[in-house]
Amino acid sequence: MSGEKAYINEEVICYHCGDICSDKTISKEDKFFCCSGCKIVFEILEENKLCRYYDFENNPGISPAVRNETKYSYLEDEQTQKQILDFSDGKISTVTFQIPQMHCSSCIWLLENINRLNAGIITSRVNFLQKKLSLKFLSGVTTLKDIVELLDSIGYEPLINLESVEKKKKSGYNKKLYYKIGVTGFAAGNIMLFSFPEYLGLNRNLDSVFGNLFGYLNLLISIPVLLYSASVYYIPAIKALRKKTINIDFPISLGIFVLFFRTAYEILTHTGAGYADSLTMLVFLLLIGKIFQNKTYEALNFERTYKSYFPLSVAIIKSGVETTIPLSNLKKGDRIIVRNGELIPADSILFKGDGNIDYSFVTGESMPVNKVLGEIVYAGGKQVGEAVELEVLKDVSQSYLTQLWNNDTFTKNEGQNVSWFSNMVGKYFTIAVLLIANISTIIWLNIKPEMALNVFTATLIVACPCALALAIPFTLGNILRNFGREKFYLKNTNTIERIAKIDTIVFDKTGTITQSGNSEVRFIGDALDEIDKSLVKSIARHSTHPLSRRVYLEFQDCEHFGISNLKEYAGKGISGNILTSKVALGSYAFVTGSAEGEKNPKDEKSSKVYFGINDVLRGVFLINNSYREGIEKVISELKKKYELHMLSGDNENEKPHLAKVFRNISKLHFKQSPEDKLNYILDLQKKGKKVLMIGDGLNDAGAIKQSDVGISISEDISGFSPACDGILDSENFSQLPELISYSKTGMKIIYMSFVFSTLYNITGLYFAISGSLTPVFAAILMPVSSVSVVLYCVLASNLFAKYRLKRIN
Amino acid sequence: MYIIIILIFISILVALSFLIAFLWAVKSGQFEDRYTPSVRVLFDEEKKSEKSNNKK
Repeated sequence: MSGEKAYINEEVICYHCGDICSDKTISKEDKFFCCSGCKIVFEILEENKLCRYYDFENNPGISPAVRNETKYSYLEDEQTQKQILDFSDGKISTVTFQIPQMHCSSCIWLLENINRLNAGIITSRVNFLQKKLSLKFLSGVTTLKDIVELLDSIGYEPLINLESVEKKKKSGYNKKLYYKIGVTGFAAGNIMLFSFPEYLGLNRNLDSVFGNLFGYLNLLISIPVLLYSASVYYIPAIKALRKKTINIDFPISLGIFVLFFRTAYEILTHTGAGYADSLTMLVFLLLIGKIFQNKTYEALNFERTYKSYFPLSVAIIKSGVETTIPLSNLKKGDRIIVRNGELIPADSILFKGDGNIDYSFVTGESMPVNKVLGEIVYAGGKQVGEAVELEVLKDVSQSYLTQLWNNDTFTKNEGQNVSWFSNMVGKYFTIAVLLIANISTIIWLNIKPEMALNVFTATLIVACPCALALAIPFTLGNILRNFGREKFYLKNTNTIERIAKIDTIVFDKTGTITQSGNSEVRFIGDALDEIDKSLVKSIARHSTHPLSRRVYLEFQDCEHFGISNLKEYAGKGISGNILTSKVALGSYAFVTGSAEGEKNPKDEKSSKVYFGINDVLRGVFLINNSYREGIEKVISELKKKYELHMLSGDNENEKPHLAKVFRNISKLHFKQSPEDKLNYILDLQKKGKKVLMIGDGLNDAGAIKQSDVGISISEDISGFSPACDGILDSENFSQLPELISYSKTGMKIIYMSFVFSTLYNITGLYFAISGSLTPVFAAILMPVSSVSVVLYCVLASNLFAKYRLKRIN
Repeated sequence: MYIIIILIFISILVALSFLIAFLWAVKSGQFEDRYTPSVRVLFDEEKKSEKSNNKK
């Protein structure tokens, strides 16, 4: 296996990371690499006899980012170290890193054998689902900085940011629920065993000693279930009562209590066998439903704020000396240094250096914007190229981008994962049941008073909406899993209900409707030589128009020249003098000076940028629309059922194109600031709309948070995304209409299951009211109704998933 | 016949021991990561020799 050259269509792929090698110059022995970074990683691994890394998976590696000596110097700061380390006693330290890059078994193997690369590391343990690496190391032998640099050098850069430090150790899974299931399972199994004589009618033949013994044992074993396991239902029920509402937990709690006390009464007075088996079985099933519903995507983070992206510390210059300070100590007027690939933490003025800022974090637009001395650079941008010096203008939390998080939307208390439907039902259900129980008791009091209490309790037992309480978690939990298979990851099951209720959809443009970075540029005209290319680059880098920026990206590797007499005309083009020529880039009329003679190959799929030197046309760049695949289909399908809006932070350049797609100009809004977007959603909601917002950048964060359902679209689901209710992998964007309609189907399945469970309840009520509910009958009816409803829900939701979601795949 | 009473208590004890084992397993975090160990077992051969070296 190893040593074999991997050829795919004559192209050589990198032995380390599997990317296609653009040339075959970087190689070692018979192995080819796409870049020197990959080769270095291979050499490190080979030197330390870690080449088994390549045996588990083909080309498992990650191409490391370009290194930068001072990138991790802030880790030398003791204060910072304290924040990052989980524990340290001066000799041994433990630390847990989030490593989003880990993706295969080779990664696990290498990271767990990391001690071979650094002798100071004692143990390393990977939690793959959470993408976490726990390390224990000797503080004297190695340092935190060394370890982080080592991980970075082999391509596994740990995520260290403000958020990871502030929110340490949030255990994702609920141990208590597992304890409760264990206890209840134990109880249910044993009680069922002791109830067998009763089921088979053998009790009468047995010695009464046995009958009583079994009864006492059942009662004893069901006490922990009542007091411990079922408490997950009492607490929300009591909380709701305090708020003077009734939720579905109330009738369930009521049912459980009545079951227990009637059982205790019957056993202690030797009047019957009680319902301990039904009680424990019911609680057991309910808890399983809870576990099923609690499925979460541990590796994904739905709660991100700007803090998830901002660095822990910044390098500042104080009286000529560079020092590192924690970000929280950064003040107005500080002079900071931002190096290649580093994030600008606060709004500042460019003081020294060549600013080339990539705002992809903020806008989703990946093309860097050129900035000159004295210009304001906004927080959230990333410097590309040489280091720059900035003077801080505003505090971190008051910057243009970050002040969004001071909005009330972000301080609002998050609703819990409580189903709206089940609470609605719970309310009316409880009232109905209490009415029926009371009326039938009153009637029985008049006919046969000794039966009245019996009927009252039997009614409450049978009416317990356990089938419904199971239908909701199982259906929604199952839908959540089916969504996950379609690369649509929801924060919790409650989101499905909210998706089913929306009537308005708001799109972000950049990064949502358009896709950054994949558009193709073709040049038509005489071939450009190196100088021409440099001219194009020099002029394009000053433009803010997305098309020019795209052209600029194409010639990024070329030289660029100084430019004079630079003029940019909005909607027309940009011109300037470079060397001795007048260079122009823009529309045909702008470049040639007259509108005549434009050959117009009716090519709607691409935009054209003309390029001329000294008023003579040199050629045209054809740029393919970078609209996301399937956008027309998505829009036309969604338009049938929903009101569509679009909010864009960009200017109106693309309005004609977008108007064609949306066919409704009035609802396209341009030049929207993050705050505008948030307020727009708020306005829609005030009009009574239920809004679904789809966006990608941090500039949508406010709108996504404010909307009823906020979905973030992402090229790399474990990478960047703002706080949201769901993350959709961008490759499945065209499935959006199906995903929404599947949510609606899910709710219909639940409504149907409600009908079924009501039928069961009515059957049970008939027996309860007529006073003939026997323990055996209850023991059969309860599990049968629950299990059949659960089966129906799971089967139906899977069946619809097959028809609704697999249409494309 | 009354031997059954003893048997019943023994059966409860056995069941209890399983319950305790389960609770211990949850407590010690065995359900925390249900994926990585399944991959980890496949690495063992080389690791074993290494571990014994480290212990010395």
